[in-house]
Amino acid sequence: MAETQSIKDRAGEKSLFFGRMLFAVFVIFLLVGALLARMFYLQIVQHDVYATLSTENRVQVEPLNPTRGLIYDRNGVLLAENVPSHNLQLVLERVKNLDDTLATIRAILPISDYEEDRFRTRIERKRRPYEPVVLKENLSEEEISRVAVNRFFLTGVEINATLSRRYPFGSSFAHVVGYVGKINETEMKANDPTQYAGTYHIGKTGVEKTYERDLLGTPGSQLIETNAQGRVLRVLEKNMPTPGIDLTLYLDSELQLLAESLMTDTRGAVVAMDPKTGGILAMVSTPGFDPNAFVTGISNDDYAVLRDSRDVPFLNRATRGLYPPASTIKPFLALGALAAKATTWNYKVPDPGFYILPTDETIKKRDWKEGGHANFVDLMDAIIESCDTYFYDLAFRMKLEAMHDSLEKFGFGMNTTLDVGNMRTGINPSRDWKKARHGFSWFAGDSVNLGIGQGYILVNPVQMAVATTTLVNNGEWIVPKLVDTASAPIRSALNDNIPESLKLPKSDWDKMKRAMRDVLHSSKGTARGTGYGSKFLMAGKTGTAQTFSLGADEVYEAADIDERLRDHGWFTGFAPYEDPSIVVTVFMENGEHGSAMAPIARQMFESWILRGDKR
Amino acid sequence: MPQEFVRSLNDLDFSKRTPLSYRLHIDVPLLLLIAILCLAGLVILFSASGGNEAMVERQAIHMGVGFVVMVVVAQFDPRFYTHWGFLAYIAGVGMLIAVLFMGTEGKGATRWLDLPGLPAFQPSEILKLAVPIMLSWYLTRYHLPPRFKHIAISFVFLAIPFVLILKQPDLGTSLLIAISGIFVIFLAGMSWALILGLVALVLMLAPALWIFVMREYQKQRVLTFLNPESDRFGSGWNIIQSKTAIGSGGLEGKGYMLGTQAQLDFLPESHTDFIVAVLAEEMGYIGVVVLIVLYLAITSRGLMIAARARESFGRLLAGSLILTFFIYVFVNIGMVSGILPVVGVPLPLVSYGGTSIVTLMAGFGLLMSISTHRKL
Repeated sequence: MAETQSIKDRAGEKSLFFGRMLFAVFVIFLLVGALLARMFYLQIVQHDVYATLSTENRVQVEPLNPTRGLIYDRNGVLLAENVPSHNLQLVLERVKNLDDTLATIRAILPISDYEEDRFRTRIERKRRPYEPVVLKENLSEEEISRVAVNRFFLTGVEINATLSRRYPFGSSFAHVVGYVGKINETEMKANDPTQYAGTYHIGKTGVEKTYERDLLGTPGSQLIETNAQGRVLRVLEKNMPTPGIDLTLYLDSELQLLAESLMTDTRGAVVAMDPKTGGILAMVSTPGFDPNAFVTGISNDDYAVLRDSRDVPFLNRATRGLYPPASTIKPFLALGALAAKATTWNYKVPDPGFYILPTDETIKKRDWKEGGHANFVDLMDAIIESCDTYFYDLAFRMKLEAMHDSLEKFGFGMNTTLDVGNMRTGINPSRDWKKARHGFSWFAGDSVNLGIGQGYILVNPVQMAVATTTLVNNGEWIVPKLVDTASAPIRSALNDNIPESLKLPKSDWDKMKRAMRDVLHSSKGTARGTGYGSKFLMAGKTGTAQTFSLGADEVYEAADIDERLRDHGWFTGFAPYEDPSIVVTVFMENGEHGSAMAPIARQMFESWILRGDKR
Repeated sequence: MPQEFVRSLNDLDFSKRTPLSYRLHIDVPLLLLIAILCLAGLVILFSASGGNEAMVERQAIHMGVGFVVMVVVAQFDPRFYTHWGFLAYIAGVGMLIAVLFMGTEGKGATRWLDLPGLPAFQPSEILKLAVPIMLSWYLTRYHLPPRFKHIAISFVFLAIPFVLILKQPDLGTSLLIAISGIFVIFLAGMSWALILGLVALVLMLAPALWIFVMREYQKQRVLTFLNPESDRFGSGWNIIQSKTAIGSGGLEGKGYMLGTQAQLDFLPESHTDFIVAVLAEEMGYIGVVVLIVLYLAITSRGLMIAARARESFGRLLAGSLILTFFIYVFVNIGMVSGILPVVGVPLPLVSYGGTSIVTLMAGFGLLMSISTHRKL
């Protein structure tokens, strides 16, 4: 080929090459122009966008959640505390293959379907980048070490130590203290998200809910610099959280536990109050439930069992159970009648065992006692023996308006407590109410029924205790409350719905209390057995409420229709008679008779009074 | 006869007028520019590696070896390579075939050949130089512009290593080797009609390539390139993070060693393929422009050497080598800034890596050989 070489057109080849070179140079300038333009676009035109992105990448704000305030009883016994809990959580950005990782975890720890479903729901929610998602809570020591051993295979899986709410007494304070649970969608929308940035729990019921704002505290934050793996390199800035406020309640855990044990296997409520301070000493609703189940989240099946139970354990019967007060209303109506001049202590009513309405002879009302209590009954005996005839007559002469007003002065039909939240306020009927609710006018027969605490009136046990406290204080209002002291000023919005006081001479109050004392201590009293052998004098009033039908939320079951149709039992009273230091109201669904409630109250009185200075 | 005369005149001048650098076969402007780029590369690497002195030291050693190789390569007359290029090509292809059967795997690809008694190396590196040498030699054996037959044969020469490297799989290297060969054919004077026809053919074959040849991860890269947001924490991560690094650098940058994207590990491969993002973040647009100007200067010097080459072989080889060098730069910066798919091409003399630097320096050695062996 050497000859080909020698006859090559050197000049031609060179100019051809230069032509191609020129083209190449042209393309090079185009490409360099493209690179410079691209860099200009990214670095100058879009600089702000990427600068922000870069900062967000690097610096993350991480909430520091405050420790929730503790709740103590009056003696410093912890009712709600925070205990360390270890959670297994996943940082999804670091997990390479979620299904593989979950399979690996499942080989190490049992993960229930409920936990996995909940985890799958959580990962769908909006999160901050690198925000861990909890898979399993409350790991045991053994589980923690098993995860630690296998850490190498579990990229993106971490164990996080947090504080978890615990209620050491379980069901005993479930209704009054309430519980915290996972924040749901509605609550998330209703609350300031920055307040809950690092908190996953919120007070759902009871004190936990009423004082949520104070117990929660204020979250802090830290500005952290992370690398791409989410590893915290350093903390740039730190604002410490303000822990929640500790609350000391008036509740006395001894009384509370006693009340719970006295009410075992019943449906009812016990409320105890200190008439001097208005402090609520005990508030029990049975049956209860274990509030600890709600902290980590209760499974649907377990929840369904509680929700569908016909004993309705979730119902706080003390605040949301509404029942006819029956004869327990009598002292309050009588005091109202005295103030309205509708009766006097000397006025007597004939009692043949029934009452016929003067304006309509077709309406005949029976006394609970066949044949009547006596030929003529005065107010004192009407209270002691719980004479219905007397109160039919009293109601007829007193008229609805006076009854309604005087009952309101004892707090019926409203929530007068400072901090017992979520109360159903019951019905203190009026003409307008009946017209609006039932579309009928108020009849004289309705008034007569109201006279013995039946008919339209509905009250809850807390209201009954509050009314009794007001009676003890001669009509003076002392605000009923749960919280005694707090470790810092309270910010939660509290109730200040206080009615007018009932004005009566002290002698009227004293006489009424004496009548109530004789309910327990005289031979005629409806609860006469109860006072026997007591070291101090007690006073109170029984009530036996007729149940016309099953509650609307209960299922008709023939097997135990009898038990469920029995009368409800009430007792409300105070002790010691001379200088009351405790008010107790006992209510039991289908408890048959008020006199059966009085011994429960007596044990409560004794527990409190005989402890003396030690309480 | 006049040729003889010119040569004798040159021979007379040789001892007196020829500068020392010429006698040592060193192209001073190219050497200086390469030295500046190497130093800049070490400085950037120091930051990109997070202040890893050992890494910078190893890179400096790579560069030192590279310089030695460059100077040695430059000592031989370009004609010497016309013979060795063919042999190197045959040996390289043989080793590529060997890789298919006895190669060492790494990162899902089989690229390395670990022969007893030799350090492990990638045969594809040999072909980066062997292909342009071989094709320049083959085409300049005949009249230029080449005839269709020779172009067709050239493409066969090109296709053999291309397919073998593609099978490893290493799309980036195979494409760049193909491009270096195509540059030779282009500079040799392949007719525009043929070029257009070939482009049309490639465009038609592209769908077939997509369906039958490309591996899943390669397809993924292209898809990610087209829509990086589609997989924010998977394959799109690299592009998003590098764009963020570049964009956040602004005009003046965040300062040396102060680039948060790179220093906090958000930027992947920050010391290898994505190193330019570190420069862009820390030195800003100014730093990028300076670097691109430096590359442009080297390219210009290379083109100048090609233009002044003694004969067609040197022109084609030098032109192809320097254009390929530029394409490396363009593809790397283009992919890091998100205008090209991520194909795994290092930034010449800046990205960390031993073999690629030595190969590059050998290429510059060839340029210097062409530059300093102009006289017959």
